[in-house]
Amino acid sequence: MPQHLSNLTETASQTGGPYVHIGCIPSFAGIEGVYPQDLGLSPIQPGALGQQITITGQVIDGTGWALRDALIESWQPDSAGRFAGQPGADPAVSGFCRFAADKDSGEFCLTTVKPGAVPARTGQMQAPHISLWIAARGINVGLHTRIYFEDEDNSADPLLARIEQRNRVSTLIARKTGEGAYRFDIRLQGEGETVFLDI
Amino acid sequence: MTDLGPLVPRQRDMHPVPYDPDYKTSVPRSPKWPLLSMESTPSEETGPRFGHGVIGPLDNNLMLNFATDGSPAIGERILVHGQVLDEFARPVPNTLIEIWQANAGGRYRHIKDTYLAPLDPNFGGCGRTLTDDQGRYQFLTIRPGAYPWPNRGNEWRPMHIHFSVFGHSFGQRLITQMYFEGDPLIARCPIAATIKNRSQLDRLVAPLDMPMARPLDFLAYKFDIVLRGRRQTMFENRLEGL
Repeated sequence: MPQHLSNLTETASQTGGPYVHIGCIPSFAGIEGVYPQDLGLSPIQPGALGQQITITGQVIDGTGWALRDALIESWQPDSAGRFAGQPGADPAVSGFCRFAADKDSGEFCLTTVKPGAVPARTGQMQAPHISLWIAARGINVGLHTRIYFEDEDNSADPLLARIEQRNRVSTLIARKTGEGAYRFDIRLQGEGETVFLDI
Repeated sequence: MTDLGPLVPRQRDMHPVPYDPDYKTSVPRSPKWPLLSMESTPSEETGPRFGHGVIGPLDNNLMLNFATDGSPAIGERILVHGQVLDEFARPVPNTLIEIWQANAGGRYRHIKDTYLAPLDPNFGGCGRTLTDDQGRYQFLTIRPGAYPWPNRGNEWRPMHIHFSVFGHSFGQRLITQMYFEGDPLIARCPIAATIKNRSQLDRLVAPLDMPMARPLDFLAYKFDIVLRGRRQTMFENRLEGL
C-alpha cells in the first residue's frame, strides 16, 4: 500500500432552488428587516473611475424560455484592472454584484464600470471581462461564464482563443446597443448555448 | 518561498450531474456542450471579501432575527455548526456563509411559495455569519420541515438547510444543502440523488452532535464544508504558449 493522502474532497454542490433569494437577496423574496440591506447591491459607488456601463439580458433555458428565478453574481476589477484589496485599487469599486432575473420578465440588469484588462498566469493579457456565476432551480452546479465586450480588442484573449468552435465565441461577447449600453443573454442549452467554464 | 498557485480543478464526478431526468427542471437548464476547462486566472483566484462591519449581532440567530413580536421562532431548536476547510485541510477563515430554509412547517417566506403550511410571523428563514480564524461557524435556528414540491407525482423534500459559501476566490463559490441524519426522505429525493457518488451525498448529511447540544435548550448538528484549494508549491512556473 502506498502512503495515504490526507487531502479532502470538495463538498458536493446542490441546486440553489427556487427560493435562493431568501438567503442571497432577501428583499427580492419579500423579506425586510433581517439585514439593513442586501449584500452586493452594486459593484460601484459614486465616484468610481472609468466608463459607467449597463448590461441587460436574460437567462434562457433550452426551450427558449427566460428564467424568472435565476440569481447571478458578477466579479470584476476596477477600470485599471485592479481587484478590490489590491494595491492602488479604486476604493469606489467593490467589484462584486448580485442581481436576479426579474420575476415577471426574466430581465436582469447590471450597472457597473467597464473593467480593465487583467493578465492570466502566463503573463499574457486577457481582454477586459466580467466573471459571472449563475445559480437557479434546476442548476445543480453553479455555472461560471464571462462577459467580454464587442467594442474591445478580444483577438488575443487566451480564454477565447481556446474555444475550438469559433462560432461559439460570440456567446461570451456583449453586444453594444448604445453608448455605455450592452446586451448579454445567457443561453443555458440549445441553439447558441453559452460557453460555460470549468476554471 | 511558496506562491499561492492556481485553483485545483474541480472533480466534476464528485458533484451532481447537471442533467438528471428525475429532477425535471434540470432537463432544460443543463448545458449540453462540455464546459471549457482552463487554468484559473486572477479573475477566479480573487474574490469578494466581507468584513465584520456587514454582519449584525443576530444575523446568525434565525430563532430571533425576524422576531417581529419578540418571541422566538416556532420549532425544534437546533445549533448548526461546523468548519470550512479547503481540499488541503487548511481552515478557511473570515469567509461569508449564508443560509436559508423553510420554517418548521415546511413553508418558505418567499413571494412565490404558496404551500398551505402557515408562515411563522417570527421566522424569516435567512442567516449569515463569517467563519472565525479556524474556519468555524455557528447558527442557531429551528429544524426546517419537509415539504411537497412539484416534480413527479408525490415528491417531498427532506428537511434541509441551504448553504452559500464564498471562500476567498470567486472560483470557490459553492451553494449546497445540508440534510439531517436519519431522515428517510433523503433516499427518496431526486435532488439529493443528482449526486451519484454515495459518499459525497453522505457528506451532506449532518450528524446529531449531542456533546454540542445544550441541555434544556437546543440540539446540535455538525456540518463541515470543504472548498476548492489552491496549489501551494515553490514551482508555480508560468507556462508559456498555452
